[in-house]
Amino acid sequence: MSAPERPPITFAFDGREMTAEAGQTIAAALLATGVRSWRTTRVEGRPRGLFCGIGICFDCLVTVNGEASRRACLTEVQPGDRVETQEGAGRADLER
Amino acid sequence: MPTSNGDVLMDTGAFDVLVIGAGPAGLAAATSAARGGASVALLDAAMRPGGQYWRHRDGDDGRGHHDWDAFKRLRGELERERAAGRIAHLVDHAVWHLERTPGADGFTAHIVHAGADREVTGRTVVIATGAYDRQLPFPGWTLPGVFTAGGVQALLKGQGVVAGRRVVVAGTGPFLLPVAVGLAEAGAEVASLVEANNPLGMATHPLAALRNLDKLAEAAGYLRALRHHLILYRTRHAVVAAHGTDAVDAVTVARLDADWRVVPGSLERIACDAVAVGYGFTPQIELADDLGCAAALDADGSLVVTVDAVQRTSVDGAFAAGETCGVGGAALAVAEGALAGLHAAAAVAGTRPDRTAVTRLERERARRRVFAAVMPRVWPVRSGWRSWLADDTLVCRCEEVPVSAVRGAVTGLGALDARGAKLFSRAGMGLCQGRVCGYATAHLAAAAAGRLATADDIASTVKRPIAWPITLGALAAGPIPDDRATPSATVPAREESTA
Repeated sequence: MSAPERPPITFAFDGREMTAEAGQTIAAALLATGVRSWRTTRVEGRPRGLFCGIGICFDCLVTVNGEASRRACLTEVQPGDRVETQEGAGRADLER
Repeated sequence: MPTSNGDVLMDTGAFDVLVIGAGPAGLAAATSAARGGASVALLDAAMRPGGQYWRHRDGDDGRGHHDWDAFKRLRGELERERAAGRIAHLVDHAVWHLERTPGADGFTAHIVHAGADREVTGRTVVIATGAYDRQLPFPGWTLPGVFTAGGVQALLKGQGVVAGRRVVVAGTGPFLLPVAVGLAEAGAEVASLVEANNPLGMATHPLAALRNLDKLAEAAGYLRALRHHLILYRTRHAVVAAHGTDAVDAVTVARLDADWRVVPGSLERIACDAVAVGYGFTPQIELADDLGCAAALDADGSLVVTVDAVQRTSVDGAFAAGETCGVGGAALAVAEGALAGLHAAAAVAGTRPDRTAVTRLERERARRRVFAAVMPRVWPVRSGWRSWLADDTLVCRCEEVPVSAVRGAVTGLGALDARGAKLFSRAGMGLCQGRVCGYATAHLAAAAAGRLATADDIASTVKRPIAWPITLGALAAGPIPDDRATPSATVPAREESTA
Protein backbone atom coordinates (compact mmCIF):
# COMPACT_ATOMS: atom_id res chain seq x y z
CA MET A 1 0.00 0.00 0.00
CA SER A 2 2.94 2.28 -0.61
CA ALA A 3 1.92 5.76 -1.71
CA PRO A 4 2.89 7.12 -5.11
CA GLU A 5 6.06 9.22 -4.98
CA ARG A 6 4.57 12.46 -6.24
CA PRO A 7 4.63 15.80 -4.44
CA PRO A 8 1.51 16.76 -2.47
CA ILE A 9 -0.89 19.25 -3.99
CA THR A 10 -2.85 22.07 -2.39
CA PHE A 11 -6.50 22.95 -2.82
CA ALA A 12 -9.08 25.04 -0.98
CA PHE A 13 -12.03 23.73 1.01
CA ASP A 14 -14.52 26.43 1.98
CA GLY A 15 -11.66 28.92 1.75
CA ARG A 16 -9.23 26.91 3.89
CA GLU A 17 -6.00 25.73 2.30
CA MET A 18 -5.66 21.93 2.39
CA THR A 19 -3.11 19.45 1.10
CA ALA A 20 -3.74 16.15 -0.64
CA GLU A 21 -1.66 13.37 -2.10
CA ALA A 22 -1.52 13.52 -5.87
CA GLY A 23 -4.17 11.22 -7.31
CA GLN A 24 -6.34 11.30 -4.22
CA THR A 25 -10.08 11.82 -4.49
CA ILE A 26 -11.67 14.86 -2.88
CA ALA A 27 -13.44 12.60 -0.37
CA ALA A 28 -10.21 10.86 0.62
CA ALA A 29 -8.32 14.14 0.93
CA LEU A 30 -11.03 15.68 3.13
CA LEU A 31 -11.40 12.62 5.34
CA ALA A 32 -7.62 12.39 5.73
CA THR A 33 -7.66 15.89 7.25
CA GLY A 34 -10.58 15.08 9.55
CA VAL A 35 -13.39 16.69 7.51
CA ARG A 36 -16.32 14.28 7.59
CA SER A 37 -19.13 16.20 5.91
CA TRP A 38 -19.31 18.56 2.91
CA ARG A 39 -22.96 18.67 1.96
CA THR A 40 -26.27 19.55 3.59
CA THR A 41 -29.44 17.83 2.44
CA ARG A 42 -32.18 19.53 0.44
CA VAL A 43 -35.10 18.75 2.78
CA GLU A 44 -33.80 18.74 6.33
CA GLY A 45 -30.47 20.53 5.85
CA ARG A 46 -28.60 17.66 7.52
CA PRO A 47 -24.85 17.13 7.04
CA ARG A 48 -23.64 14.34 4.76
CA GLY A 49 -20.27 13.13 3.60
CA LEU A 50 -18.90 9.90 2.20
CA PHE A 51 -21.09 6.80 2.41
CA CYS A 52 -20.60 4.14 -0.31
CA GLY A 53 -17.21 5.37 -1.48
CA ILE A 54 -17.61 3.82 -4.94
CA GLY A 55 -19.90 6.18 -6.83
CA ILE A 56 -23.29 4.55 -6.39
CA CYS A 57 -24.98 6.39 -3.50
CA PHE A 58 -24.54 10.09 -4.48
CA ASP A 59 -24.32 11.12 -0.82
CA CYS A 60 -20.89 12.74 -1.17
CA LEU A 61 -21.92 15.43 -3.67
CA VAL A 62 -19.79 18.56 -3.49
CA THR A 63 -19.29 21.78 -5.43
CA VAL A 64 -15.95 21.95 -7.27
CA ASN A 65 -14.81 25.15 -8.96
CA GLY A 66 -18.41 26.33 -9.00
CA GLU A 67 -19.77 23.13 -10.52
CA ALA A 68 -22.35 21.51 -8.23
CA SER A 69 -23.04 17.84 -7.52
CA ARG A 70 -19.67 16.27 -8.28
CA ARG A 71 -19.16 12.92 -6.55
CA ALA A 72 -16.31 13.53 -4.12
CA CYS A 73 -15.52 9.79 -4.00
CA LEU A 74 -14.76 9.66 -7.75
CA THR A 75 -13.35 13.12 -8.43
CA GLU A 76 -9.58 13.44 -8.10
CA VAL A 77 -8.30 16.63 -6.51
CA GLN A 78 -6.50 18.93 -8.94
CA PRO A 79 -4.01 21.55 -7.77
CA GLY A 80 -5.77 24.81 -6.99
CA ASP A 81 -9.28 23.31 -6.90
CA ARG A 82 -11.90 25.35 -5.04
CA VAL A 83 -14.00 22.79 -3.20
CA GLU A 84 -17.09 24.08 -1.40
CA THR A 85 -19.70 22.58 0.87
CA GLN A 86 -22.82 22.02 -1.17
CA GLU A 87 -26.13 23.21 0.28
CA GLY A 88 -29.17 21.32 -0.99
CA ALA A 89 -29.00 20.83 -4.74
CA GLY A 90 -26.15 23.36 -4.87
CA ARG A 91 -28.11 25.52 -7.27
CA ALA A 92 -29.19 28.44 -5.09
CA ASP A 93 -28.53 30.61 -8.15
CA LEU A 94 -31.48 28.95 -9.90
CA GLU A 95 -33.89 28.97 -6.97
CA ARG A 96 -36.49 31.58 -5.99
CA MET B 1 4.60 -4.83 -13.82
CA PRO B 2 2.92 -2.02 -15.72
CA THR B 3 -0.56 -1.00 -14.73
CA SER B 4 -2.92 -0.62 -17.63
CA ASN B 5 -4.11 2.91 -18.10
CA GLY B 6 -6.24 2.01 -21.03
CA ASP B 7 -6.42 2.31 -24.75
CA VAL B 8 -7.56 5.04 -27.09
CA LEU B 9 -10.44 4.46 -29.45
CA MET B 10 -10.22 5.17 -33.16
CA ASP B 11 -12.28 4.41 -36.26
CA THR B 12 -15.62 2.55 -36.32
CA GLY B 13 -16.84 -1.03 -36.24
CA ALA B 14 -17.96 -3.82 -33.95
CA PHE B 15 -15.89 -5.95 -31.60
CA ASP B 16 -16.48 -9.68 -31.35
CA VAL B 17 -17.02 -9.46 -27.59
CA LEU B 18 -17.90 -6.51 -25.36
CA VAL B 19 -17.01 -7.14 -21.73
CA ILE B 20 -18.55 -4.73 -19.24
CA GLY B 21 -16.61 -4.46 -15.99
CA ALA B 22 -12.92 -5.13 -15.30
CA GLY B 23 -13.24 -6.90 -11.95
CA PRO B 24 -12.49 -10.61 -11.42
CA ALA B 25 -15.25 -11.85 -13.78
CA GLY B 26 -14.65 -9.25 -16.48
CA LEU B 27 -10.86 -9.66 -16.54
CA ALA B 28 -11.25 -13.43 -16.84
CA ALA B 29 -13.91 -13.05 -19.55
CA ALA B 30 -11.89 -10.58 -21.62
CA THR B 31 -8.65 -12.53 -21.49
CA SER B 32 -10.23 -15.91 -22.20
CA ALA B 33 -12.27 -14.50 -25.10
CA ALA B 34 -9.09 -12.99 -26.55
CA ARG B 35 -7.27 -16.31 -26.14
CA GLY B 36 -10.20 -17.87 -27.98
CA GLY B 37 -9.39 -15.62 -30.94
CA ALA B 38 -11.97 -12.87 -30.41
CA SER B 39 -11.45 -9.12 -30.62
CA VAL B 40 -12.49 -7.72 -27.26
CA ALA B 41 -13.45 -4.33 -25.84
CA LEU B 42 -13.12 -4.30 -22.05
CA LEU B 43 -15.24 -1.39 -20.80
CA ASP B 44 -14.73 -0.14 -17.25
CA ALA B 45 -15.76 2.94 -15.29
CA ALA B 46 -12.50 2.96 -13.32
CA MET B 47 -8.98 3.97 -14.35
CA ARG B 48 -7.32 0.73 -13.24
CA PRO B 49 -8.34 -2.91 -13.74
CA GLY B 50 -9.42 -4.98 -10.74
CA GLY B 51 -12.95 -3.82 -9.95
CA GLN B 52 -13.97 -3.27 -6.34
CA TYR B 53 -12.33 -6.49 -5.18
CA TRP B 54 -8.83 -5.69 -6.41
CA ARG B 55 -9.10 -1.93 -6.07
CA HIS B 56 -5.56 -0.59 -5.71
CA ARG B 57 -3.29 2.40 -6.10
CA ASP B 58 -0.39 2.85 -8.49
CA GLY B 59 2.63 1.22 -6.88
CA ASP B 60 0.53 -1.19 -4.81
CA ASP B 61 2.51 -4.30 -3.92
CA GLY B 62 -0.55 -6.38 -3.04
CA ARG B 63 -0.04 -6.32 0.71
CA GLY B 64 -3.39 -6.52 2.48
CA HIS B 65 -5.09 -7.68 -0.72
CA HIS B 66 -6.65 -11.04 -1.20
CA ASP B 67 -5.95 -13.43 -4.10
CA TRP B 68 -3.43 -10.86 -5.38
CA ASP B 69 -1.59 -13.57 -7.32
CA ALA B 70 -4.77 -14.26 -9.28
CA PHE B 71 -5.01 -10.54 -10.08
CA LYS B 72 -1.37 -10.38 -11.17
CA ARG B 73 -1.94 -13.34 -13.47
CA LEU B 74 -5.05 -11.78 -15.03
CA ARG B 75 -3.39 -8.36 -15.32
CA GLY B 76 -0.40 -9.98 -17.02
CA GLU B 77 -2.71 -11.73 -19.49
CA LEU B 78 -4.55 -8.47 -20.10
CA GLU B 79 -1.27 -6.71 -20.90
CA ARG B 80 -0.21 -9.49 -23.28
CA GLU B 81 -3.55 -9.46 -25.13
CA ARG B 82 -3.49 -5.66 -25.31
CA ALA B 83 0.01 -5.76 -26.74
CA ALA B 84 -1.15 -8.31 -29.29
CA GLY B 85 -4.03 -6.00 -30.26
CA ARG B 86 -6.76 -8.40 -29.19
CA ILE B 87 -8.11 -6.42 -26.22
CA ALA B 88 -8.93 -2.72 -26.11
CA HIS B 89 -9.05 -1.84 -22.40
CA LEU B 90 -11.25 1.25 -22.28
CA VAL B 91 -10.92 2.96 -18.91
CA ASP B 92 -13.17 5.76 -17.63
CA HIS B 93 -15.87 4.21 -19.80
CA ALA B 94 -19.02 3.98 -17.68
CA VAL B 95 -21.83 2.21 -19.53
CA TRP B 96 -25.05 4.15 -18.93
CA HIS B 97 -27.27 2.02 -21.16
CA LEU B 98 -27.03 -1.29 -23.03
CA GLU B 99 -29.26 -2.30 -25.93
CA ARG B 100 -29.47 -4.56 -28.94
CA THR B 101 -28.01 -2.61 -31.84
CA PRO B 102 -31.04 -1.20 -33.66
CA GLY B 103 -31.52 -2.84 -37.06
CA ALA B 104 -28.50 -5.10 -36.69
CA ASP B 105 -27.15 -8.12 -34.80
CA GLY B 106 -25.18 -7.48 -31.68
CA PHE B 107 -25.18 -4.94 -28.90
CA THR B 108 -24.51 -1.26 -28.42
CA ALA B 109 -23.08 0.03 -25.16
CA HIS B 110 -23.84 3.69 -24.50
CA ILE B 111 -20.97 5.14 -22.53
CA VAL B 112 -20.03 8.24 -20.62
CA HIS B 113 -16.38 8.99 -21.26
CA ALA B 114 -14.72 12.23 -20.15
CA GLY B 115 -18.17 13.76 -19.81
CA ALA B 116 -19.21 12.94 -23.39
CA ASP B 117 -21.51 10.31 -24.84
CA ARG B 118 -19.95 7.48 -26.84
CA GLU B 119 -21.03 4.16 -28.30
CA VAL B 120 -19.13 0.90 -28.62
CA THR B 121 -20.67 -2.08 -30.39
CA GLY B 122 -20.06 -5.80 -30.15
CA ARG B 123 -21.41 -9.00 -31.67
CA THR B 124 -21.73 -10.50 -28.17
CA VAL B 125 -21.62 -9.03 -24.69
CA VAL B 126 -20.47 -10.32 -21.31
CA ILE B 127 -22.07 -8.45 -18.40
CA ALA B 128 -19.67 -8.53 -15.45
CA THR B 129 -20.78 -5.51 -13.46
CA GLY B 130 -20.30 -6.97 -9.99
CA ALA B 131 -22.05 -5.94 -6.81
CA TYR B 132 -22.07 -3.35 -4.05
CA ASP B 133 -22.78 -3.45 -0.31
CA ARG B 134 -26.32 -4.24 0.71
CA GLN B 135 -27.59 -1.89 3.40
CA LEU B 136 -30.22 -2.10 6.11
CA PRO B 137 -31.33 1.24 7.56
CA PHE B 138 -31.07 1.89 11.29
CA PRO B 139 -31.52 5.05 13.37
CA GLY B 140 -28.57 7.37 12.78
CA TRP B 141 -27.22 5.61 9.69
CA THR B 142 -27.23 8.87 7.71
CA LEU B 143 -24.75 10.56 10.08
CA PRO B 144 -21.38 11.43 8.53
CA GLY B 145 -18.86 8.85 9.69
CA VAL B 146 -21.21 5.94 8.99
CA PHE B 147 -19.86 4.29 5.85
CA THR B 148 -20.51 1.15 3.88
CA ALA B 149 -17.98 -1.58 4.62
CA GLY B 150 -17.00 -1.56 0.95
CA GLY B 151 -16.54 2.19 1.08
CA VAL B 152 -14.16 1.91 4.03
CA GLN B 153 -12.25 -0.78 2.15
CA ALA B 154 -12.14 1.36 -1.02
CA LEU B 155 -10.80 4.31 0.98
CA LEU B 156 -8.08 2.14 2.44
CA LYS B 157 -7.07 0.14 -0.64
CA GLY B 158 -7.74 2.76 -3.28
CA GLN B 159 -6.75 5.92 -1.42
CA GLY B 160 -4.55 4.91 1.50
CA VAL B 161 -6.90 6.67 3.94
CA VAL B 162 -8.19 5.15 7.18
CA ALA B 163 -11.87 5.98 7.69
CA GLY B 164 -11.55 6.82 11.39
CA ARG B 165 -9.43 6.52 14.50
CA ARG B 166 -11.83 4.24 16.40
CA VAL B 167 -14.04 2.18 14.12
CA VAL B 168 -16.91 -0.25 14.63
CA VAL B 169 -17.31 -2.78 11.80
CA ALA B 170 -20.81 -4.25 11.63
CA GLY B 171 -23.30 -6.20 9.55
CA THR B 172 -23.05 -9.74 8.32
CA GLY B 173 -20.86 -11.84 6.06
CA PRO B 174 -17.27 -12.96 5.62
CA PHE B 175 -16.32 -9.64 4.00
CA LEU B 176 -16.41 -7.90 7.39
CA LEU B 177 -13.31 -9.85 8.51
CA PRO B 178 -10.84 -8.38 5.97
CA VAL B 179 -12.34 -4.92 6.52
CA ALA B 180 -11.72 -5.09 10.28
CA VAL B 181 -8.27 -6.60 9.90
CA GLY B 182 -7.28 -4.12 7.19
CA LEU B 183 -8.28 -1.19 9.40
CA ALA B 184 -6.32 -2.55 12.37
CA GLU B 185 -3.23 -3.19 10.24
CA ALA B 186 -3.45 0.39 8.95
CA GLY B 187 -3.39 1.71 12.51
CA ALA B 188 -7.06 2.24 13.37
CA GLU B 189 -8.47 1.00 16.63
CA VAL B 190 -11.27 -1.41 15.75
CA ALA B 191 -13.59 -1.03 18.74
CA SER B 192 -15.55 -4.12 17.77
CA LEU B 193 -16.46 -6.41 14.90
CA VAL B 194 -20.21 -6.92 15.19
CA GLU B 195 -21.59 -9.88 13.19
CA ALA B 196 -25.35 -10.45 13.19
CA ASN B 197 -25.09 -14.17 12.44
CA ASN B 198 -23.12 -17.00 13.94
CA PRO B 199 -20.39 -17.99 11.45
CA LEU B 200 -19.90 -21.27 13.31
CA GLY B 201 -22.96 -22.29 11.31
CA MET B 202 -20.37 -23.04 8.63
CA ALA B 203 -19.48 -26.14 10.66
CA THR B 204 -22.85 -27.64 9.77
CA HIS B 205 -21.87 -27.60 6.09
CA PRO B 206 -18.72 -29.75 6.13
CA LEU B 207 -18.88 -30.66 2.43
CA ALA B 208 -18.79 -27.05 1.32
CA ALA B 209 -15.95 -26.36 3.73
CA LEU B 210 -13.91 -29.39 2.71
CA ARG B 211 -14.20 -28.58 -0.98
CA ASN B 212 -13.08 -25.01 -0.26
CA LEU B 213 -10.25 -25.48 2.22
CA ASP B 214 -8.63 -22.25 1.05
CA LYS B 215 -11.73 -20.43 2.34
CA LEU B 216 -11.35 -22.09 5.73
CA ALA B 217 -7.66 -21.20 5.88
CA GLU B 218 -8.53 -17.63 4.91
CA ALA B 219 -11.12 -17.36 7.70
CA ALA B 220 -8.72 -18.90 10.21
CA GLY B 221 -6.07 -16.36 9.23
CA TYR B 222 -8.49 -13.48 9.79
CA LEU B 223 -9.57 -14.87 13.17
CA ARG B 224 -5.90 -15.06 14.22
CA ALA B 225 -5.45 -11.46 13.08
CA LEU B 226 -8.51 -10.38 15.10
CA ARG B 227 -6.94 -11.92 18.21
CA HIS B 228 -3.56 -10.40 17.41
CA HIS B 229 -5.09 -6.92 17.17
CA LEU B 230 -7.29 -7.57 20.23
CA ILE B 231 -10.46 -6.91 18.23
CA LEU B 232 -13.59 -7.84 20.15
CA TYR B 233 -15.60 -10.12 17.83
CA ARG B 234 -19.29 -10.12 18.78
CA THR B 235 -21.49 -12.60 16.93
CA ARG B 236 -25.32 -12.51 16.98
CA HIS B 237 -25.03 -8.78 17.66
CA ALA B 238 -25.82 -5.74 15.55
CA VAL B 239 -25.34 -2.00 15.53
CA VAL B 240 -28.98 -0.94 16.00
CA ALA B 241 -28.38 2.82 16.25
CA ALA B 242 -25.70 5.42 15.57
CA HIS B 243 -25.47 8.58 17.67
CA GLY B 244 -24.08 12.07 17.21
CA THR B 245 -25.20 15.56 16.24
CA ASP B 246 -23.25 16.44 13.09
CA ALA B 247 -21.23 13.21 12.85
CA VAL B 248 -21.20 9.83 14.52
CA ASP B 249 -19.66 9.68 18.01
CA ALA B 250 -21.10 6.37 19.29
CA VAL B 251 -23.21 3.38 18.36
CA THR B 252 -25.62 1.15 20.25
CA VAL B 253 -24.87 -2.53 19.92
CA ALA B 254 -27.46 -5.14 20.86
CA ARG B 255 -27.62 -8.89 21.13
CA LEU B 256 -30.04 -10.41 18.58
CA ASP B 257 -32.43 -13.32 18.90
CA ALA B 258 -32.83 -15.89 16.12
CA ASP B 259 -35.01 -13.49 14.08
CA TRP B 260 -32.68 -10.52 14.71
CA ARG B 261 -34.91 -8.83 17.24
CA VAL B 262 -33.10 -7.04 20.03
CA VAL B 263 -32.72 -9.13 23.18
CA PRO B 264 -34.12 -6.93 25.99
CA GLY B 265 -31.49 -5.58 28.34
CA SER B 266 -28.60 -6.25 25.95
CA LEU B 267 -28.01 -2.69 24.70
CA GLU B 268 -24.47 -1.40 24.99
CA ARG B 269 -23.07 1.96 23.87
CA ILE B 270 -19.66 2.05 22.18
CA ALA B 271 -17.81 5.29 21.42
CA CYS B 272 -16.39 5.54 17.89
CA ASP B 273 -15.77 8.09 15.14
CA ALA B 274 -16.52 5.75 12.23
CA VAL B 275 -18.79 2.81 11.45
CA ALA B 276 -18.29 0.39 8.53
CA VAL B 277 -21.50 -1.49 7.82
CA GLY B 278 -22.67 -4.02 5.24
CA TYR B 279 -25.20 -6.85 5.08
CA GLY B 280 -23.91 -8.82 2.15
CA PHE B 281 -24.01 -7.54 -1.42
CA THR B 282 -26.48 -6.46 -4.07
CA PRO B 283 -25.66 -7.54 -7.64
CA GLN B 284 -25.61 -4.70 -10.14
CA ILE B 285 -27.91 -6.01 -12.87
CA GLU B 286 -29.47 -2.93 -14.47
CA LEU B 287 -27.61 -3.39 -17.79
CA ALA B 288 -28.89 -6.96 -18.07
CA ASP B 289 -32.32 -5.58 -17.24
CA ASP B 290 -31.92 -3.05 -20.09
CA LEU B 291 -31.62 -6.00 -22.50
CA GLY B 292 -34.58 -7.82 -20.96
CA CYS B 293 -32.48 -10.69 -19.58
CA ALA B 294 -34.47 -12.98 -17.30
CA ALA B 295 -33.68 -12.65 -13.61
CA ALA B 296 -34.74 -14.51 -10.50
CA LEU B 297 -34.64 -14.12 -6.75
CA ASP B 298 -31.51 -15.75 -5.33
CA ALA B 299 -31.35 -17.58 -2.01
CA ASP B 300 -29.87 -14.45 -0.40
CA GLY B 301 -32.85 -12.31 -1.45
CA SER B 302 -31.17 -10.47 -4.33
CA LEU B 303 -32.38 -10.44 -7.90
CA VAL B 304 -29.74 -12.15 -10.08
CA VAL B 305 -29.37 -12.75 -13.81
CA THR B 306 -30.43 -16.23 -14.89
CA VAL B 307 -27.72 -18.04 -16.89
CA ASP B 308 -27.35 -21.51 -18.37
CA ALA B 309 -24.36 -23.87 -18.20
CA VAL B 310 -22.33 -21.71 -20.59
CA GLN B 311 -23.16 -18.43 -18.72
CA ARG B 312 -25.61 -17.41 -21.44
CA THR B 313 -28.54 -15.21 -20.38
CA SER B 314 -32.06 -15.54 -21.81
CA VAL B 315 -31.04 -13.03 -24.52
CA ASP B 316 -29.18 -14.57 -27.44
CA GLY B 317 -25.57 -13.41 -27.57
CA ALA B 318 -25.62 -11.89 -24.07
CA PHE B 319 -23.63 -13.61 -21.33
CA ALA B 320 -23.27 -12.77 -17.63
CA ALA B 321 -20.65 -13.75 -15.08
CA GLY B 322 -19.65 -13.11 -11.48
CA GLU B 323 -21.78 -11.46 -8.82
CA THR B 324 -24.46 -10.44 -11.37
CA CYS B 325 -25.41 -14.15 -11.45
CA GLY B 326 -25.39 -14.49 -7.65
CA VAL B 327 -22.92 -13.39 -5.01
CA GLY B 328 -20.21 -16.02 -4.63
CA GLY B 329 -16.83 -14.33 -4.35
CA ALA B 330 -13.88 -13.66 -6.63
CA ALA B 331 -12.78 -17.24 -7.32
CA LEU B 332 -16.26 -18.16 -8.57
CA ALA B 333 -16.41 -14.93 -10.58
CA VAL B 334 -13.10 -15.74 -12.30
CA ALA B 335 -14.30 -19.24 -13.27
CA GLU B 336 -17.64 -17.93 -14.55
CA GLY B 337 -15.97 -15.08 -16.41
CA ALA B 338 -13.49 -17.39 -18.13
CA LEU B 339 -16.31 -19.70 -19.21
CA ALA B 340 -18.40 -16.79 -20.49
CA GLY B 341 -15.44 -15.42 -22.45
CA LEU B 342 -14.61 -18.77 -24.04
CA HIS B 343 -18.22 -19.41 -25.03
CA ALA B 344 -18.77 -15.87 -26.33
CA ALA B 345 -15.66 -16.13 -28.52
CA ALA B 346 -16.78 -19.54 -29.78
CA ALA B 347 -20.27 -18.25 -30.52
CA VAL B 348 -18.82 -15.50 -32.72
CA ALA B 349 -16.42 -17.86 -34.48
CA GLY B 350 -19.04 -20.57 -34.91
CA THR B 351 -16.72 -23.08 -33.24
CA ARG B 352 -16.67 -25.01 -29.95
CA PRO B 353 -14.39 -23.88 -27.16
CA ASP B 354 -11.46 -25.99 -26.00
CA ARG B 355 -12.99 -28.98 -24.18
CA THR B 356 -10.17 -29.40 -21.66
CA ALA B 357 -10.30 -25.78 -20.58
CA VAL B 358 -14.08 -25.85 -20.31
CA THR B 359 -14.05 -29.01 -18.19
CA ARG B 360 -11.46 -27.57 -15.81
CA LEU B 361 -13.41 -24.31 -15.44
CA GLU B 362 -16.72 -26.12 -14.95
CA ARG B 363 -15.17 -28.15 -12.12
CA GLU B 364 -13.85 -25.02 -10.47
CA ARG B 365 -17.21 -23.30 -10.87
CA ALA B 366 -19.08 -26.26 -9.35
CA ARG B 367 -16.74 -26.38 -6.35
CA ARG B 368 -17.10 -22.64 -5.72
CA ARG B 369 -20.88 -22.74 -6.15
CA VAL B 370 -21.12 -25.28 -3.35
CA PHE B 371 -19.58 -22.67 -1.05
CA ALA B 372 -21.67 -19.85 -2.51
CA ALA B 373 -24.85 -21.84 -1.88
CA VAL B 374 -23.98 -22.12 1.80
CA MET B 375 -23.34 -18.38 2.28
CA PRO B 376 -27.00 -17.29 2.50
CA ARG B 377 -27.64 -20.08 5.01
CA VAL B 378 -24.78 -19.02 7.29
CA TRP B 379 -25.05 -15.26 6.70
CA PRO B 380 -28.75 -14.57 5.98
CA VAL B 381 -30.62 -11.33 6.64
CA ARG B 382 -33.42 -12.02 9.17
CA SER B 383 -36.62 -10.00 9.27
CA GLY B 384 -36.07 -8.63 12.78
CA TRP B 385 -33.94 -5.75 11.41
CA ARG B 386 -37.23 -3.94 10.82
CA SER B 387 -37.75 -3.79 14.59
CA TRP B 388 -34.60 -1.63 14.96
CA LEU B 389 -36.27 1.22 13.07
CA ALA B 390 -37.98 4.28 14.48
CA ASP B 391 -40.83 5.94 12.55
CA ASP B 392 -38.53 8.81 11.60
CA THR B 393 -35.55 6.65 10.56
CA LEU B 394 -34.75 7.54 6.95
CA VAL B 395 -35.06 4.63 4.51
CA CYS B 396 -34.23 6.60 1.36
CA ARG B 397 -31.17 8.74 2.03
CA CYS B 398 -31.48 10.71 -1.24
CA GLU B 399 -35.09 11.86 -0.92
CA GLU B 400 -35.05 11.78 2.90
CA VAL B 401 -38.05 9.45 3.13
CA PRO B 402 -38.73 8.06 6.62
CA VAL B 403 -39.94 4.58 7.52
CA SER B 404 -43.38 5.97 8.37
CA ALA B 405 -43.84 7.28 4.82
CA VAL B 406 -42.94 3.93 3.21
CA ARG B 407 -45.28 2.03 5.54
CA GLY B 408 -47.94 4.73 5.19
CA ALA B 409 -47.85 4.43 1.41
CA VAL B 410 -49.15 0.89 1.84
CA THR B 411 -51.37 1.18 4.91
CA GLY B 412 -52.71 4.68 4.22
CA LEU B 413 -52.44 5.35 0.49
CA GLY B 414 -53.23 1.92 -0.86
CA ALA B 415 -49.92 0.94 -2.45
CA LEU B 416 -49.89 -2.82 -2.99
CA ASP B 417 -46.22 -3.46 -3.57
CA ALA B 418 -42.75 -1.94 -3.60
CA ARG B 419 -43.45 -0.15 -6.87
CA GLY B 420 -46.49 1.59 -5.43
CA ALA B 421 -44.73 2.41 -2.16
CA LYS B 422 -41.91 3.96 -4.16
CA LEU B 423 -44.25 6.11 -6.26
CA PHE B 424 -46.27 7.37 -3.29
CA SER B 425 -43.38 7.91 -0.86
CA ARG B 426 -40.55 8.77 -3.31
CA ALA B 427 -38.32 6.18 -1.59
CA GLY B 428 -35.82 5.05 -4.22
CA MET B 429 -36.57 7.93 -6.59
CA GLY B 430 -33.54 10.06 -5.78
CA LEU B 431 -30.15 10.28 -7.41
CA CYS B 432 -29.01 6.76 -6.47
CA GLN B 433 -32.20 5.38 -8.04
CA GLY B 434 -32.86 2.97 -5.20
CA ARG B 435 -29.46 1.30 -5.22
CA VAL B 436 -29.02 1.90 -1.49
CA CYS B 437 -32.61 1.65 -0.18
CA GLY B 438 -34.13 -0.75 -2.75
CA TYR B 439 -33.83 -3.85 -0.62
CA ALA B 440 -35.17 -2.16 2.51
CA THR B 441 -37.98 -0.37 0.67
CA ALA B 442 -39.14 -3.61 -0.97
CA HIS B 443 -39.16 -5.48 2.33
CA LEU B 444 -40.80 -2.70 4.34
CA ALA B 445 -43.54 -2.29 1.72
CA ALA B 446 -44.18 -6.02 1.51
CA ALA B 447 -44.27 -6.35 5.29
CA ALA B 448 -46.71 -3.44 5.54
CA ALA B 449 -48.89 -5.34 3.06
CA GLY B 450 -48.67 -8.38 5.32
CA ARG B 451 -46.53 -10.57 3.08
CA LEU B 452 -42.95 -11.45 2.13
CA ALA B 453 -41.08 -9.53 -0.58
CA THR B 454 -41.35 -11.13 -4.02
CA ALA B 455 -39.11 -11.02 -7.08
CA ASP B 456 -41.47 -8.35 -8.48
CA ASP B 457 -40.97 -6.16 -5.40
CA ILE B 458 -37.19 -6.37 -5.77
CA ALA B 459 -37.38 -6.00 -9.56
CA SER B 460 -39.16 -2.67 -9.23
CA THR B 461 -36.09 -1.36 -7.37
CA VAL B 462 -33.46 -2.37 -9.97
CA LYS B 463 -34.75 -0.72 -13.15
CA ARG B 464 -32.37 2.08 -14.12
CA PRO B 465 -32.56 2.86 -17.86
CA ILE B 466 -29.86 5.48 -17.29
CA ALA B 467 -27.40 3.59 -15.15
CA TRP B 468 -24.76 6.31 -14.83
CA PRO B 469 -25.20 10.09 -14.78
CA ILE B 470 -24.89 11.76 -18.15
CA THR B 471 -25.54 15.44 -18.71
CA LEU B 472 -28.48 16.53 -20.84
CA GLY B 473 -25.94 18.41 -22.93
CA ALA B 474 -23.95 15.26 -23.67
CA LEU B 475 -27.15 13.39 -24.48
CA ALA B 476 -28.34 16.16 -26.78
CA ALA B 477 -24.97 16.29 -28.53
CA GLY B 478 -25.25 12.55 -29.16
CA PRO B 479 -22.42 10.04 -29.45
CA ILE B 480 -19.06 11.21 -30.71
CA PRO B 481 -19.56 10.11 -34.33
CA ASP B 482 -16.07 9.44 -35.67
CA ASP B 483 -14.64 8.09 -32.46
CA ARG B 484 -15.84 4.53 -32.14
CA ALA B 485 -13.66 1.53 -31.91
CA THR B 486 -12.36 -1.34 -33.92
CA PRO B 487 -9.88 -3.80 -32.55
CA SER B 488 -7.37 -3.26 -35.37
CA ALA B 489 -7.37 0.50 -34.97
CA THR B 490 -6.98 0.50 -31.21
CA VAL B 491 -3.68 1.74 -29.91
CA PRO B 492 -2.31 1.43 -26.39
CA ALA B 493 -2.37 4.73 -24.51
CA ARG B 494 0.09 5.96 -21.94
CA GLU B 495 1.56 3.37 -19.63
CA GLU B 496 2.30 4.17 -16.04
CA SER B 497 4.86 1.93 -14.50
CA THR B 498 4.59 1.10 -10.85
CA ALA B 499 7.22 1.61 -8.21
